[in-house]
Order: sequence, then structure tokens, then C-alpha cells
Amino acid sequence: MFTVDRTNVDQLFRLLQQKGYTLIGPTVRDGALILDAISSASDLPVGWTDDQGPAHYRLRRRDDASLFGYSVGAHSWKRYLFPPAVKLVDARRQGRSMDCTSPSPDSASQGTPLKKYAFIGVKPCELNAILIQDKVFLGSGTVDPFYKAARERLFIVAANCTQASGTCFCASMDAGPRAQRGFDLAITEVAGKQHYFVIDAGSKKGTEILLELPHRKSSQQELDEAARRVQKATDQMGRQLDTAGVRDLLLKNPEHPRWEEVSQRCLNCANCTLVCPTCFCSSVEDTTDLAGKTAERWRRWDSCFTLDFSYIHGGCIRSSGKSRFRQWMTHKLASWNDQFGSSGCVGCGRCITWCPVGIDITEEVRAIRGTKRQEQLMHS
Amino acid sequence: MNDSLNSTMVPTPFRVQRVRRETHDTFTLELRPPDGSRTLPFAPGQFNMLYMFGVGEVPISISGDPSHPERIVHTTRVVGTVTRAMHTLKPSDSLGVRGPFGTPWPVEKAYGSDIMIIAGGIGLAPLRPAVYQILSQREKFGKVVILSGTRTPADILFRKEMEQWRSRFDVDLFTTVDRAMSGWKGNVGVVTTLISRAPVDPQNSVAMVCGPEVMMRFTVMELQKRGIGGDRIYVSMERNMKCGLGLCGHCQYGPTFVCKDGPVYPFNRIKDYFAIREI
Repeated sequence: MFTVDRTNVDQLFRLLQQKGYTLIGPTVRDGALILDAISSASDLPVGWTDDQGPAHYRLRRRDDASLFGYSVGAHSWKRYLFPPAVKLVDARRQGRSMDCTSPSPDSASQGTPLKKYAFIGVKPCELNAILIQDKVFLGSGTVDPFYKAARERLFIVAANCTQASGTCFCASMDAGPRAQRGFDLAITEVAGKQHYFVIDAGSKKGTEILLELPHRKSSQQELDEAARRVQKATDQMGRQLDTAGVRDLLLKNPEHPRWEEVSQRCLNCANCTLVCPTCFCSSVEDTTDLAGKTAERWRRWDSCFTLDFSYIHGGCIRSSGKSRFRQWMTHKLASWNDQFGSSGCVGCGRCITWCPVGIDITEEVRAIRGTKRQEQLMHS
Repeated sequence: MNDSLNSTMVPTPFRVQRVRRETHDTFTLELRPPDGSRTLPFAPGQFNMLYMFGVGEVPISISGDPSHPERIVHTTRVVGTVTRAMHTLKPSDSLGVRGPFGTPWPVEKAYGSDIMIIAGGIGLAPLRPAVYQILSQREKFGKVVILSGTRTPADILFRKEMEQWRSRFDVDLFTTVDRAMSGWKGNVGVVTTLISRAPVDPQNSVAMVCGPEVMMRFTVMELQKRGIGGDRIYVSMERNMKCGLGLCGHCQYGPTFVCKDGPVYPFNRIKDYFAIREI
């Protein structure tokens, strides 16, 4: 473990830029944290933090100049690895023939030009979300070349959480607040009278960068202080989700009355799926020009909350809001295990914060656990 | 199958060789690979993603003979934008093809067993390749029984072939219609009513079932009543599909993806989800 002073953060950014990385990090825009291209530490949300609760999100000033003193905003990093829109096919018609070609993952024509990204300040929950999407896009039999190309070039600077929000529950999902693996560099920020970062390298790439930075071996006091701050985030965690047996709990209670109750509140707006850092569903859109000569195929983010999602000739399989909510939550917390060997939830809390009516996935699990179907039947 | 989305999301243009109108709302397309030399080997029960230029792409099961992989045959009903556009195709037009995808009917596993092929409506289309394969090695099976139900006599698919199958001494074919018209001398009623009469040994039978979900639900119940185990009943499921590769998420059925874990499932694999509405 090494310590790097706040004054050298820009040096880290410069080193990454010199190696050809485009820096992506959190920044403040329109009263919220978003992810976008950044060039220096001053672009980060310096001295900001966030208040989050069900259907509630506000930025608030901190009493220090922390660079990473907040949890997560609505954007997740998936938009850079699994972009919201990607062109898959160019098709051309000549007479009665057609010709279909695939734009290369490197070509700018596919909507999102592929860059060599360095993600700055990836929270541990989000790092775990990336590792989960790795299993979906790289490890499930079919490889997504767009994801693979972006992922292989990626440099990850993880930021251990020193502050949890009201909707955070990463500790329950074993996904934070400390990054365990999958990073190139992991930093723990200590912002006080002295402002420094305790840094751990997780890869050869990371070690190389770290060695080029002005650094010193961390003192025991620095390590203790960093550990204390991460522990504080655990203690602050606004929510908990009891994961014991949750797969069977949800898969075996598809007719639980709670699904109907929660669907009375759910607006089917799809916010939860769009802010979720692991949701991977997509749609394919085929379009032509007006002359009918050229056509394109695009892949776009989709959501299991739409009626179109399950449409087959003449009707939707999941026509009720109840069945769509059940599909989302059961997939996320239960059937994901069968498909990819882990939960699909990292406890980032986004689906709770950005739900317009404040539906809380941790509360829904508790409600179903509290009154399993068998008990319901005995009472009725 | 290719292992990269890059190539597998790109359709290969095939040529329409022949168009056959089956009933008032169903038709069969026979496709040939672009250069004539390529074949598209498939197993009975598998499907392709068919792309109409600029209109869209839909999963359609293969209804042709697996021993002729140079002729790709699809039978489909006109039900949506893409199939309506496909209905206008004429010989030598182009149609994009990706595939084949999905799990097959267990033809080889059923060697030595009695076979029950049970179809509801257009569900006969994905079963036809299995029938071809079974009849081409007829001696490897016990009884072969085909039960087919349609709404009306006018909806009966593959009439000529059905007559051929019916006239064979080594095939028992029963048809039924939901609603009869004058002149119909056959059975009236849903296809499940034929199951109790099928001359098979329930202890040694394999059933392959395809049709609307509600038809399959009652069919499985009847088959189980006759003592055919859930590990020897196979059903073909249908869900919305965008990729065929298990990545788009649309075809999830319980924890499974219909495009790669199905469409053909042993009933036991999905029995926990089979009766759940809107799953």
C-alpha cells in the first residue's frame, strides 16, 4: 500500500492521458452527479456529497474538499462498455439482392466511437457490476465484441467508499464498500487536515502507473485512518438485504400477493432497469431509408418493464404490471444465479433512489420473506 | 455456431426458391444459400432468425427435412409486420438468415421407444423435421403416432404429406378440428381428446409436443394421466427473441433462455414454470 498526496492526483490523470486513455469520471451537472469525460481533478465533484432516499436525490456541500465523498449517481459505467445504442449491421439492397455487413467495433460509425477509457472513481459496487456484466457479455457462451473491445482496453481506478448513502446496501450483497478485485488501482481517500490517498495496485498496468507517480509507503497511521473511513461507510449503510435463500424464496413464490401490491405502486417507467449497472437486456431495431435502399440494425437498451418486451404474435406474455415487476426482481435476485452464477444485484441502491414512487427492493424481499405463500394460504 | 456477436448478428442473404401457400394464413418458404454450395445443417426443432430487409427479424422454426440442409424450409403464419412482409416474397427474392439456434427434438434419444407427435395448429411445422427424421429410420422406433389438431378443416397444414403419412401402415395419424364444417368426417374436439386413444405403450413412449401454450398445458396433463413421465415429454416453447444468442434477455422463461436452453425442453426441466401465468 502506498500513499499519494492530493496534489499529485492531476499527475495521475496526466500519466493516464499520456498513455492514450480518455478519462471518464463523475462530475456535477444540473444538480446531479453524472459520468462524462474529465481532464483534471477539478472536474470531479470536489466537496460535494449526495443525500439519497427512496425517490430522493439531492447534492449537498461537504465540509471538506473530498474528490470522492459521495455514493453513486444515476449514470453507471455500463454506458461506456455496453452503450445505449450500437449499430450492428449495415444492409444494402440492389434489385432483389441484399448485402449485410457488420461495422467493426472500432469504427466510429456505430454510434459510440470506441476509445481507450480510464474510469476514474469506480465505486466497489460498480466494479462488481462490471465483473457481473463480464460474465454476461464475455463468459456465457456468446462474446459481445463491442463489450470485449472496450473492456480489454479499460483502466479502472476504483475508489473505496468512505461515505454510504441512504439507499446503499452493498455490504449485504458482498459488493463493497471496499474493492476486492478487478481494479488496476484502488484508492481510499482521506480528506482532512492532510488530504491523501492510500493506493493499492491490482494489476501490472496499475503498478506501472503507480510507480511513475510520486508516492511513499503508507504509514500505519495512514492505513488505519483509511480503514476507519471505509468502516464508517459500512456503518452508514442505509439499507440491508438478507440474501440467505433469496433465490428459492422468490422462485418459489411467484403467486405471492405482494407482487400484486407492489404493482399497484409501480409505474412501469423502467427507470430501475436503466439506472441498474447490471441490467443487460437489449432490443434490436431494423430501419430503412425512405427509398428502401439501405437499412441499419441497431441494438438499444431495453427494459423488461415495457409491454413490447414480451410481445409475441397477437399479445404480450407479461401483460400485467405484476408479472413485469416479478420478472425484474426475480431475475435480478434469483434466476440470475442460475444463468450467470451470481446475484444480479450489487446493492448500489440506484433502483430505490431513482424509482419515482420509491419502491425499495430490500423492502420487497423482506415483505415476501415475512409472509411466504404457504403461510398466506394457511391464514386464508 | 459462431462465438462472436459481431458475425452472428449479421444475417446471411438467402434466395427464395419456392413459395407455397399452405392455408389462408400460412405459407412455406424454401430458401437456398447464396452461392448454392453452402448448406445450413440443422437438427429437427431448431429455428432461424429471418430478416426482411429494413422491416425486422423474427424467429421461425425450420419445417424442412434435416437430410437436405441445402434446402432451408420455413412454414409460418401471417401474424405481424415481418411475417406480413415475408408473405409478399417471390422466388429469387432475398431473405436474411441467422441460425440455426436452439435445442432439438430428442430423436436419437427416442430410439427403441414409441413416438407420439402432438401438434396444435402451426405447431406441426417445427415437428415436421422430426417426423422426416423418424420416418427415414423407421425401424429404430416402436409405434409412431401423430396427433394433429387445428381450428377448422381449412387450417390443416401439409395436407398432401398428412395423407401420405396416414396411408402408411407403420404410422398412426389422427386429426381433429375444433370446429367442423359440412363434409368433415373426422374427429371434432381439441387434440387432447385423441391422447387416450393413441396406441402406444405409455411405459415406453416419448412425446414431442408443440402448439399454443394452453394446448400444451392440457396435453401434458393428459400424457401424464396416461403414465408418460415428465422426462419423456418434450415441449417446444415460444418467447419474444431479438438475438438468438442468450444476450438480449427477451426470451427468458424462468431461469432459462428459450433461444439456447430451448425451444425444446424436457417437461421436467420447466415443470415449475409451466403453469405460472405471465412468467
